Amino acid sequence: MEDIPPYPPIDPTTFDLIVIGTGLPESIIAAAASTASKSVLHLDPNPFYGSHFSSLPLADLPSFLSTHSTSPSPPRPRSSEGSNEFSVLDLSTRPLYSSIDISVFSPDLLDQNSRKFNLDVAGPRAFFCADKSIELILNTGANQYMEFKSIDATFVGDNKGNLLNVPDSRAAIFKDKSLGLMEKNQLMMFFKLVQGHMAGEQDVKISDEDLQSPFVDFLNKMGLPPKIKSFILYAIAMADYDQEDTGVCRDLLKTKDGIDQLALYNASIGRFQNASGALLYPIYGQGELSQAFCRRAAVKGCIYVLRMPVTELLVDKDSGCYKGVRLASGQDIFSQKLILDPTFKVTLPSGLSPPPPLQAKLPFFSQKDDRGRIARGICITMTSLKPDMSNFLVVYPPRSLFPEQATSIRLLQIASNLAVCPLGMFVLYISALCNDDDQGKKLIHAVMNTLLTVPPINSESNAAVQSETAESGCAVQDENAESSSTGPSDPGEGKPTLLWSALYNQELTLGQVDFICSTPMPDGKLNHDDLIDAAIKLFKKIYPEDEFFPQTSSENPEDDGDGDDDVSLET
Amino acid sequence: MHGRPRKASKPEDEAASTAKAQKLRALQTQFFSFHHSKIYTKEAVELSAKLLEINPESYTAWNYRKLAVEHYLSQPDCNPESVKSVLDDELRVVESALRQNFKSYGAWHHRKWVLSKGHSSIDHELRLLDKFQKADSRNFHAWNYRRFVAELMNRSEKDELKYTEDMIYTNFSNYSAWHNRSVLLSALLEKKAEGFLLKENLLPEEYEFIHQAIFTDPDDQSGWFYHLWLLDQTVTTDHPLLVSTWPAHGSDVFLVGDRCQNGSFSPFTTVLSDSGSFPIVLYFNQPVKGVSSSTVIIECGFNKNEELLWEPLSVSNLQTAQVWVAHLKFPTSELDSSVEISVGYSKEIVSPRGSQYSHPSTFSFKVHVQPVERDSSRVSVAENILWREENFKAYRAQSEESIPIVSFDQLCIKNGHESTPIVSFDQLCIKNGHESTASNWQTEALAKEVECFRELLSLMDCKIGKLTLARLLTAYDVMSFPFANKLDEYSSVLLRKMTSSEESLLQHCFQYKDSVSSAIGNPICLRLNNLSLSRIRAFERLLWVQILDLSHNELESIEGLEAMQLLYGLSLGNNKLRSLTALEPLRKLKSLRVLDLSYNQIGDHSIDTTRYLCSSPLSHSAGSELNDVALINYWEAFYMFKDLKLNQLDIVGNTVADEKFKSVLVKIMPSLKRLDGQLLD
Repeated sequence: MEDIPPYPPIDPTTFDLIVIGTGLPESIIAAAASTASKSVLHLDPNPFYGSHFSSLPLADLPSFLSTHSTSPSPPRPRSSEGSNEFSVLDLSTRPLYSSIDISVFSPDLLDQNSRKFNLDVAGPRAFFCADKSIELILNTGANQYMEFKSIDATFVGDNKGNLLNVPDSRAAIFKDKSLGLMEKNQLMMFFKLVQGHMAGEQDVKISDEDLQSPFVDFLNKMGLPPKIKSFILYAIAMADYDQEDTGVCRDLLKTKDGIDQLALYNASIGRFQNASGALLYPIYGQGELSQAFCRRAAVKGCIYVLRMPVTELLVDKDSGCYKGVRLASGQDIFSQKLILDPTFKVTLPSGLSPPPPLQAKLPFFSQKDDRGRIARGICITMTSLKPDMSNFLVVYPPRSLFPEQATSIRLLQIASNLAVCPLGMFVLYISALCNDDDQGKKLIHAVMNTLLTVPPINSESNAAVQSETAESGCAVQDENAESSSTGPSDPGEGKPTLLWSALYNQELTLGQVDFICSTPMPDGKLNHDDLIDAAIKLFKKIYPEDEFFPQTSSENPEDDGDGDDDVSLET
Repeated sequence: MHGRPRKASKPEDEAASTAKAQKLRALQTQFFSFHHSKIYTKEAVELSAKLLEINPESYTAWNYRKLAVEHYLSQPDCNPESVKSVLDDELRVVESALRQNFKSYGAWHHRKWVLSKGHSSIDHELRLLDKFQKADSRNFHAWNYRRFVAELMNRSEKDELKYTEDMIYTNFSNYSAWHNRSVLLSALLEKKAEGFLLKENLLPEEYEFIHQAIFTDPDDQSGWFYHLWLLDQTVTTDHPLLVSTWPAHGSDVFLVGDRCQNGSFSPFTTVLSDSGSFPIVLYFNQPVKGVSSSTVIIECGFNKNEELLWEPLSVSNLQTAQVWVAHLKFPTSELDSSVEISVGYSKEIVSPRGSQYSHPSTFSFKVHVQPVERDSSRVSVAENILWREENFKAYRAQSEESIPIVSFDQLCIKNGHESTPIVSFDQLCIKNGHESTASNWQTEALAKEVECFRELLSLMDCKIGKLTLARLLTAYDVMSFPFANKLDEYSSVLLRKMTSSEESLLQHCFQYKDSVSSAIGNPICLRLNNLSLSRIRAFERLLWVQILDLSHNELESIEGLEAMQLLYGLSLGNNKLRSLTALEPLRKLKSLRVLDLSYNQIGDHSIDTTRYLCSSPLSHSAGSELNDVALINYWEAFYMFKDLKLNQLDIVGNTVADEKFKSVLVKIMPSLKRLDGQLLD
C-alpha cells in the first residue's frame, strides 16, 4: 500500500466497539450500536464508504477487484512489539474475487467519463418496496440520505434474445400481450389465492401439508402451465436454483417461502405512489445504502476514520481474549467488541507461538464456510436492451439459455437517470450462482452473447483496421469504421454494442459469530434482506441486552411535512 | 376511495360535528338574510364562500354566487380584467369546496357555469382534473367534467381515448373509464373518423381488449358492463337506411283513371287510381320515426303547393314504422313529369334507439298520366277476379305472344325508348354503398364470444359469466335464426331466393287471362300459391305488386303486408288465418278492392289471441250507423273492414262467416259489389 498520510492520533483510545470495513452489515451494526449509546469506532482502509457493497468510478473498480483477488501482502515489518500484556496477531486480507476479466472496447469514450460512473461492486441488486431493508431504512431515518427510483419492469429472457414481460400484478396481467386468456385467468386466480391466504381468509387457506411441500409441486398441483410456473418461481419468487431438477438444486423453495416471496412482491407493488413496479433502485448506486447507515451512525456519535488499515490484532496474553487493534498509523486502540469485514484473516506472526488459548481458536476462525461462488458481470452499452425503457430487471430461469444452466441468471439494466453512468449510457449488472470460475464465466457469457454485440477485436486491432482502410484511400469507409468503433451502430440484429465489461467471480461467505465476529460477503440475492438478518443476528450476539434500533416516537420532528413514512422517490 | 369499511363514529367526532353544525347554522342564517335582501357586497359574497367551504352541498349558496357574479357583470364599471378576477375567485371557491367533497354536484356544476362564461383559461382545468382523477380514478363527476372540458377546448377524441386507455391500464376496475371509452368510440364511429370507419373492424378489437380484463379478473364487474355495451353495439343494426321505394328510382309510372289503354304500358308500373292520387312508399331497414314533409323533400312538376302527409305503416306503434307512405295527387289532364324525392336532409329521421338516418338519398321517377273517361257503371259490374288456375297465364308466355319477342333481359335495360317502359330489376331495391357486405361479422363475433365464455366457464364458476353466455346465445340465435320455427325459416329463405333474381321472380309473374274484364289495367299478378309459406318476407322487392295470390299456403299471419301499398287484389284463400284481427295489416291497404279470405280458420277459436291489437269498442264513437247489438257482437269485423273499400270479398269456408255476419259486412262496406261470388244489389 501507499504511504499512509500522517494521521492525528485517534482520541479517545478506548471504545465499546470497533467495526472494520464499511460494507452494509458493518454499517448497520455501527449505526445500531451507536443508537444503543455504544461508543463506536468505524474504520475502513479504503478512501470510500461501502467496501464490497460500494459503488465505484469506472477506473477504480478494476483496481479494487484486483486488490482483493491476490494473496495477502507479505506481513509488513512490525512497527512495534506487543507489550507485556498483549500478544499480537497479524491481520491480513484474503482473496475474495477470482477470474477477473476487464475488457475495454471503447477506451476514449470511457476515460473521459470515468468519474461519472457509480458501478456497484455487488450488483445486480435492488429493493422490493416492502422488504426489510426499506423498512429498516424508514425506521432508522436512513431514508433522509437516500433517494430512490422505481425499476420499470421485470422480464424473463430466452436464448433468442426475446424479453417477455413478467405479469406480476393485476394491471400487468391485464396489459400483458404474451399470455393467453386462460393463462391470465389462471395466474390471477393464483395471485388471489395467495392474497386470500395471506389475509387469513378461511376458505382459501393453503393447507399446512402444502406449505411444507416444495413450491414447484404446489404450482404443479394448481395446474399452472410451465410458462407461468417459470414466471412465479424465478421472476417473482426469485428462486436461484433449478427447482425442477433436484440433482442440481441446492436450495429447494418451500411453498411457505414461495408464498412469502409472492406476498412480499405483492405488497411491494403500489406501496409508494410514485413507484410503478415492485422494485426500487437508489440514485447514485447501491453504495449509497452503506453510506446512509454510516451517516446515521455518525449522527449518533460514531467516529469514522477512512484510509486507515488495521494491521494487527491485540489479544490478551493469558486468556487469548480480544483486547484491541493496532492501526497502520501505529496507534493501538482498545475496545470491548470487534466486528471485522469478511476479507480479513488472522495469522500468527511468523516465528511466534500463539498463546495456548488461541491455538484452539485460530484454525477455526480462518476456515470459512463455503457457500459456493457467485459470478458477476458489469457491462456498459450505449443503447438500451429494450427501446423506450431504461431501468429493468431481466431473469433467465435455469435451462433457458443452455441445457446445463442450473441457476437462474439475473440482469439489471440501470440508465443514466439513476446517476450511475454518463447520459445516454446504460450499465448492465449480471449475476448467477455457480460452483467454480469456469461455470460462472459460461453463465455470464451466455447472457452477454444473447443480448449484446461483443466487438470481436480489442481496441488495438480496431485501430489497425482503421489504418488499413485509410491506406486504401477510401475516406467514406474510414468514417464508417470510425463510427462503428465508437458509436453503437450494431452489425448484428440491432443488439447493443458492448463498450466495457468486467467479469469476476466472488466468494460467498456467511458472517461468523465466534472468537471474533465477521460480517457476511454480499450474497447472491437480489435484495438485502438476508444481509440485514445477518447483521441483526450479529448485533444480538454482541449486545444481547440491547434493542436493535428501538422505535422512537418522534425521532425527526422536523420531518413532519412529507411524513417520514415514505422514501423519497423521483419520478 | 373504494372498498373502505365505514368506521363507527367516536364520541369526540360527534361533539365536533355538533360544533360544526352550530357554526354552519349561524353562517346559514346570516347568508340567507343577505340572499333575501339581494346584498352582493364583498363581505356577503365571502360569507357564502365560507359556507360553501364547510358545506359544498348548499345549492342556494351556489345560486347566490351565480347571482352575485351576474350582478357584478351588470355593473357599468366592470372591465375584462376585473371580470376575469371575479370568475377566478369563483373557480377558487369551487376548488376548495371540491377539496372538501370531490363529489359535490353543486360545486362541479358551478365550475361548468363559470367556464361557460368563457373568460377563464381552460388549460388549468385538465391539470386540476388529473389531480382529482388520480385521487379517485373512478369519480364520475370528474369524468363528466372532463368530457365537458374536452369539448370546450376541442380536444380530439383520440387524445381523450388515449388518456382513458392509460387510466384503464393503470387499473381496469374503473367503470367511469370504460364508460368514457364507450362514449368516445361512439363519437368516433359517428364521425367516421380515420381508423374508426366500420363497427365490424372496431368491435372485434374491443372484444379482444375487454377479454383481457374479464379473464384476468372475472370478479370485477366493470369489464362485464363494457362487454354488455359491446354486445348491444353488435346486435343493433347501424344507422337506418332507405332500402327500397315505390316508385323505384328511375322508373316510369303510368297512371290511368280506369284501365290500361293498350299493351304498350308496362304491366309492372301501370297503376290504376280512382282516387286521383298514387302512393309513394319508403321502405327502411328498420323502424324509424320522424318521416315528414320537412324531412322528405319532394319536387315535381305538378302539385307544387301540396304538403305531403307521411303516414307510418305500422300496426302497433303509430310513431315508428319501417314503411312510410304518402299519397301524391296528380292532375286529371295528360301529363309527363318527373318527380324527385330527397330523404333525410334534416337529421330528424331516427331509429327508436336514437341513431340517425345519416345517408341522405334521392330518388326520382317519371310520371305519365293518362286521363280516361270514367264509366262508373261498367266498372262496378265488370270487376270480378276468379282466382282460378286457368285464369292466369305465365307472364313470359303471354309477352312472347303479344309483344314481338322481347326478353326480360332486354326489358330490364333502360334503353330510353318510351314504349318499353319497365322497371329494371335492379331498381327494385336500393343498393346502399354504406351497407356492410353482410352481417356475417356480427354472427362471427357472437360465435367467438360464445366460445370464449364457454371456455371461461369451463375453468371457473361465475354467475355473471353464465348470464353473459345466456345473453350471447340468445343474441346469436336471433341473429342467425331470426325465425320462430323451421317453417318460417323455410318461407323466408324461399322468398329471398325467389326475389333474388329476375329470372326466379318472373317465374311467379302471371297475367290475368281475361283482359277484357280487366278494368284494373291488366297488371302483373304475382302468384305465390301452394308454396307452404308460413310467413311473408322480402317485401322490399315486392312493393310494386298489385295482384298477389297467396292462396294454399300455411299463413297464420300477414305481418308486413301493409308495405304493399299498390295491392288491388289479394288472395289469402286456404290459409290458416285464425282471426279477423290477424288481418290488421290489410287496414293500411287503401287500394285493396278484391280480397279472398275463403277457407281459413277465422272464427274457429273463440278466443282471438291477437285481440289486444284492437282498441276497445266502448271507447269508440264510430259505427253509430250500425245498431248497438251488431256493433258489440261484430266489433272486430267493423274495426277491420270499415275503412276498406272492397268491391269483392270471399269469406266462405270460415266459421265466422254465417249469414248474419255477411249481412253485417254488407252494411259495413257499402262499396261491396260481390260477396262470395254473389253479385250484390
